[in-house]
Amino acid sequence: MKIDRRCFLSLVIGGAVGTTLTPVPWKLTDDIAIWTQNWPWTPSPEKGPSVYKKSVCTLCNGGCGINVRTVKGQAKKIEGQADYPVNRGSLCPMGISATQHLYGPSRIQSPMKRTGERGQGKWEKISWAEAISTVSEKLAELRSRKKPHTVACIAESDRGTVPYLLQRFLTAYGSPNFIRTPSSFDAQEQALYLTQGRHGTIGYDLENAGFILSFGSALMDAWGTAGQMLSASADFKQKNKLIQVEPRLSDTAALASQWVAAKPGTEAALALGLAHVIVRDNLYNKEFVDNYAFGFEDWEDENGTVHQGCKSLLKQYPPKKVAGITGIDKGTIESLARKFARAKRPVAICGRGSGMVPGGLDEALAVFALNALVGNINQPGGVTAIPEPDYWPEMQRDKTASNGMQQPRVDGAESDRFPNTRYLLNRVPEAINSAKGESPIQALLVAGGNPLYTMADTETAKKAFDKIPFIASFSTYMDETAQYADILLPNHHFLERFEDVPTPAGTPTRVIGLTRPVVEPRHDTRHIGDTLINIAGSLGGFIENAFPWENYEAFLKQTLTKQWDSLEKQGYWVDPEFMPPAWEKAFQTPSGKYEFYPSQRSKASGKDADALPGFRQVELPGDPEKMPLTLMPYASARIAGGAVANPPFMTKTVDTDVIKDGAVFVEINPQTAKKHGLSEGDAAVLKTPAGKARVRIHLFEGLMPGLVAMPAGLGHTAFSDYIAGKGANVNALLTDVTDPGSGLNAGWGIRASLVKA
Amino acid sequence: MSTQSDNQPVPAENRASGWVIFVFFLIGLIASLISGWIAFPNLLYSTQQQPIDFNHKAHVAQMDCSSCHFFRDDGSFAGSPTLDECKSCHMYPMSNDPDEQKFIEEYVKKDKEVPWLIYAEQPPCVFFSHAAHVKGADMECRTCHGDIGQSTSLREYQENRLTGYSRDIWGYSMLRLGEAKHGGRHKMNDCAECHLKETGSKGDCFQCHK
Repeated sequence: MKIDRRCFLSLVIGGAVGTTLTPVPWKLTDDIAIWTQNWPWTPSPEKGPSVYKKSVCTLCNGGCGINVRTVKGQAKKIEGQADYPVNRGSLCPMGISATQHLYGPSRIQSPMKRTGERGQGKWEKISWAEAISTVSEKLAELRSRKKPHTVACIAESDRGTVPYLLQRFLTAYGSPNFIRTPSSFDAQEQALYLTQGRHGTIGYDLENAGFILSFGSALMDAWGTAGQMLSASADFKQKNKLIQVEPRLSDTAALASQWVAAKPGTEAALALGLAHVIVRDNLYNKEFVDNYAFGFEDWEDENGTVHQGCKSLLKQYPPKKVAGITGIDKGTIESLARKFARAKRPVAICGRGSGMVPGGLDEALAVFALNALVGNINQPGGVTAIPEPDYWPEMQRDKTASNGMQQPRVDGAESDRFPNTRYLLNRVPEAINSAKGESPIQALLVAGGNPLYTMADTETAKKAFDKIPFIASFSTYMDETAQYADILLPNHHFLERFEDVPTPAGTPTRVIGLTRPVVEPRHDTRHIGDTLINIAGSLGGFIENAFPWENYEAFLKQTLTKQWDSLEKQGYWVDPEFMPPAWEKAFQTPSGKYEFYPSQRSKASGKDADALPGFRQVELPGDPEKMPLTLMPYASARIAGGAVANPPFMTKTVDTDVIKDGAVFVEINPQTAKKHGLSEGDAAVLKTPAGKARVRIHLFEGLMPGLVAMPAGLGHTAFSDYIAGKGANVNALLTDVTDPGSGLNAGWGIRASLVKA
Repeated sequence: MSTQSDNQPVPAENRASGWVIFVFFLIGLIASLISGWIAFPNLLYSTQQQPIDFNHKAHVAQMDCSSCHFFRDDGSFAGSPTLDECKSCHMYPMSNDPDEQKFIEEYVKKDKEVPWLIYAEQPPCVFFSHAAHVKGADMECRTCHGDIGQSTSLREYQENRLTGYSRDIWGYSMLRLGEAKHGGRHKMNDCAECHLKETGSKGDCFQCHK
């Protein structure tokens, strides 16, 4: 019997034929499929009974009440808290997907110090003791050189115990430079102070309002508190009570019963035009205006000088002229004014986009004047000033601190030039870049916000940051600013920590919410309050004495003793005694009345027109010849435009005509597209005086010709590989346009060119 | 480089005959069939015993299935009972059963959860609602899980070494033929087959794969 190669081949063929007749290939194929879909190293959620825990989301300043479903200590799902007085059960996609930030790779997992160049991303893990001693040593050194005022601190809010502890720390240390990140509420709060004499949060009672006139506020896209607006949206639609003034057919405009496409930046003129018609036709609330308002009619001061009042000023804004400025038909202005004045409980609101787009003071004052004319101040469905928290403990400070506190602020806020403006982060880069010698900020504590992403003209801001010798970040995430810091002292994620959340802007009641730990801290992070107490302890002396608490939680409970029971049980506390004060007691202005003529407003030229609200065309940067278009950012509820980037779940909800394959689409009107030789889907280069970006074109008839609309919130470069590199950051293309009266950034847009790539 | 001899045909007397080749084919065929049908399943699955040999019949005699396998207040299904639930009766021995003794010694006294091996555990990519089936469609436990309520002893658990899941998912028959023993067979096609029969549709992807 001969055996040869063919026998061996036959054996193999027999084996192959036999194998196909067994379950081996079919079963293994199936098993491999299951195995690859369930990698053993991929964590999967725990199974078990659900435990719901109440807390408050702090991803933006909206402060929505949440109910977190946890299983065996893991947060599985975030829902809106049904009885929470702010959002009443609704929640935005950002809040819903916050667990992805909790468990995702964007977290800073321990204190770290920079080892490479700034922004290079090279870090070395350090202990908390080393992190705290590094910061305290730097601060002690500046104090010993009598330069405590060269320390600045940036935070996203100035209300609540954490921002308070930061301010208390700076006061005890000796720096006046506590800076809140900018938003459209800066102008509104200043207008509130100038007209009503009260520092507080602005509250709009939209639920009880019968008619809402929104000057570009993206009510459906995260303006104020997103959850609150989502809850109210059905009501807006059913009752046909919303009118939206905006150059773009946004989600809010689409929901409104009337969309008024005014030219961007002319909102103040429209408000004054409406006020003109209301006054001309005697449609204003005479009881309020005659008895509780100042500066409506012309008035005489103690020296006998006659000043122009609001009524005289409004004569300059007849409908015909306003029609020319705003591009809105004269008849529409007339009818809109009458509708507004005759409606039951009308309210006008302002703050472009989600509130991240800046606006000047005049615009807010003009819109406030409309509200005052119809007398809906402190009325149901009207505008109310919610007092700031005032439950802070006393403290003492040493001489160095007192001297430091008397130094002027770096940002120029509260100076002779901008006496009523409290924070001007937008002016900080210029203050540093134009300083002769060393930077006026020697140490920067970034305790909130993400300025290197959210500030206009991020490149210039970066240049300014380069000149600051020491930057510490307390960020939970490796955001753009943390990436540029020298030392990281990561705060717990909001689902891991305690914090109080006072009344968010826009909410008409006085409320405190309690953010509390829903899960155990996952990483070697520390509550920012505890870190501050540690730093104060290590600095010693008066500073240490100003922080006598064992930890932040003890301080929080002590501060909110009266409210604690309710906070612990319900997750919130509503001030049962808070009632908007009656008109005779409401105003704390020099005249004791609502001031149509804000006597406290600085008058650079000494003219009445500087104090009264007016329409002053903002000169947008850029040469109109070379840059014939105007770029404006727009807000989307599906793209977080603030400090914290979209988690991937949320980005998945964004349409493919907004972002696709990592490229952002800018909207232009088909007419504009034709003029510039562009068509749908084209790749193009968008150029502004601040920078340029590669974009793609989306034609949108709902946008006014000549404009380019770009979504805010894309183009992150930090966080994680799953978040970075999607589209371009619109803030990097904008610049600061200083509002002459307030110093706030009034730059709602910028000139731009769009060239096919 | 080839040489001349390489190209020369092998003389016929040196070549294997046809039947020898066929025998080799048969050897290959039979060997692969044996290994595929007998050795492969034994290699693929490991066999484990449950930590405690639980007697369902003895328990069912005194209580309902839902005493231990209950729906939580939020509608989710609790699955196997936790130690706390067992302890509510078995804090101390109730019989002389050696398995009960073992349970009390090793788990109750040490306050340790029993690592039950779940025969019908689905991968995390599958969403399955007991409430929809038991409460919504009024189905009995035995339709999917067999008559386990009448068993006096827990059968062995076989785990797929590659996927880590129970053999009950694929079913004990390698060809997935015939009636499923123990009510086992919980693959997607099994769900779809029943859904087609009962509801007229196999269902949509996102019903189970969220």
